[in-house]
Amino acid sequence: MDDARQPEPPVDPLAGLAGASARTVGGAWQPPGTFASGGRGPKLFSAEGRRGTVISTVSTIIVLAALVAIFLLAPGAKAVEHAFFSPSHMWAAFIGNPKQGYYSVGAAIWLNIRMFVVAEIFILAFALVIALIRQSTHPALFPIRVISTGYVDFFRGVPLILVIFAIGLGVPALNLPVVSNQSNAVYGVTALVLSYSAYVSEVYRAGLNSVHQSQVAAARSLGLPHWTALRYVILPQAVRNIIPPLLNDFISLQKDTALVGILGTIEANKAADIYSEQVFNFSSFTVAAILFLILTIPLARFTDRLIERDRRRRLAGAAA
Amino acid sequence: MSAGPAATAGGEAVRIEGLHKSFGENKVLTGIDLAVASHEVVCLIGASGSGKSTLLRCINLLEPIDAGTVWLWGSQITGPGIDHNKVRRYIGIVFQSFNLFPHMTVLRNVTLAPAKVLGIPKGEAEEEARSLLRRFGLLDKADDYPDRLSGGQQQRVAIVRALAMKPQIMLLDEVTSALDPELVSEVLDVIRELAAGGMTMLIATHEMGFARDIARRVCFLEEGRIIEDAPPAELFSNPRDERTQRFLRRIVDAGRM
Repeated sequence: MDDARQPEPPVDPLAGLAGASARTVGGAWQPPGTFASGGRGPKLFSAEGRRGTVISTVSTIIVLAALVAIFLLAPGAKAVEHAFFSPSHMWAAFIGNPKQGYYSVGAAIWLNIRMFVVAEIFILAFALVIALIRQSTHPALFPIRVISTGYVDFFRGVPLILVIFAIGLGVPALNLPVVSNQSNAVYGVTALVLSYSAYVSEVYRAGLNSVHQSQVAAARSLGLPHWTALRYVILPQAVRNIIPPLLNDFISLQKDTALVGILGTIEANKAADIYSEQVFNFSSFTVAAILFLILTIPLARFTDRLIERDRRRRLAGAAA
Repeated sequence: MSAGPAATAGGEAVRIEGLHKSFGENKVLTGIDLAVASHEVVCLIGASGSGKSTLLRCINLLEPIDAGTVWLWGSQITGPGIDHNKVRRYIGIVFQSFNLFPHMTVLRNVTLAPAKVLGIPKGEAEEEARSLLRRFGLLDKADDYPDRLSGGQQQRVAIVRALAMKPQIMLLDEVTSALDPELVSEVLDVIRELAAGGMTMLIATHEMGFARDIARRVCFLEEGRIIEDAPPAELFSNPRDERTQRFLRRIVDAGRM
């Protein structure tokens, strides 16, 4: 970020300065005298911190007030408030009541969490295998290299919701032993793994390419065999470089577990859907949304922190 | 490769005949013939792009060659059926840009290959690494990461890392070119110590004074060929080939010698 903010060196050495009156037309060069920016410089500069806080607070309040005003002044505000933000409905949906024919959204999110964790583990492993195959150069691996490329192209191109339908409805219809007798959650996770592995394998590939070729040369020159060099020298550096984009994909994966509900699996979104159908109130979806936010926001903040730490380390490394 | 340390007692360490190497259209090496005796120090000089680095990388088998043959103690190391990793155990190479592993401490940089390639137990490998680091004044850096070290220290660690594999030959590829001037001498001192210890070395360098001091022979390369191959006193004071004379004149004019 800081690097980007550094101004391009101006072609005219004085063009970037405030108070460009220093330039005289056709005359001898005159020193500009002062570099102060029209009187608003040094004095306010010392109070920049406090002033900045005040400005950001005021502007936040104005923006929020405007948004709330637009919502409250809308003709249908009351109806929307009741349909989406009714506290009693939200509580009822969160707790659930099987006797009334609806499930607890709060309990259903647990399935999303489990699907997310299981899918993530498989994705990390499977995507790495795909990436390594695509990076390989051995002639004997040519066929699986082609298959891997086709796999990535296919699953990155087909909407996830179609993959979930195809696996969730198609595999049971095959009537195979074991494979066709799994729960919908298993089919959903399988679809998530297939789809996300295609993306994540490309992230891995970018990471592997980000490690400089001289590191490979250094490792191989010491006599390390290909896989040993990969395992101890290349991969650790590659993974370090791609942690932010990986986490970004996993934030996305956390939400997309909601899509598995289309197979009838009672995850949070499906539970909210059932509530709304039974009680004719959409506040259950608000509950689901809040629960997903509670899951994704910590991961997003964690990602930010890693990016910041990485940035500082790079700056420190550049200074050393 | 049947030759090993047992065959190093004397004779010819490296022999190269008719070595050709191109990168696409760019012909980098156009017929190199060179022999290096055991315990001999040979310096390669020449302008950037003359093929010095590529020659070293070809000997280490980091670059596949187009034509020619390389022997190590009489055993051919080019051609089909050669175990590259086995060849590299006998040849250490140090690069211009150090190429330390940034995610590992100095100690781990040094012990990785002995542990993973030679199968030396971790404790033993660390003990040997520490004694090597002590010898080159780097013991207090053992637990630091490379980015905490100066360029000179990093390059010394890179030399130690190569030495930890107990190579019989060291290839040094412009190891001081990326260093600030005041850090050059600490690295050159290490190389002098290796030479004094009888290490067979092939050194690509721009440090003419150093080449004159340390080398038994100096080879001048131009356009992928060895133009002149002579003892330093002769090559620097009385170069025979016109191209060598021109190159050395430019070096002198630049105040580098």
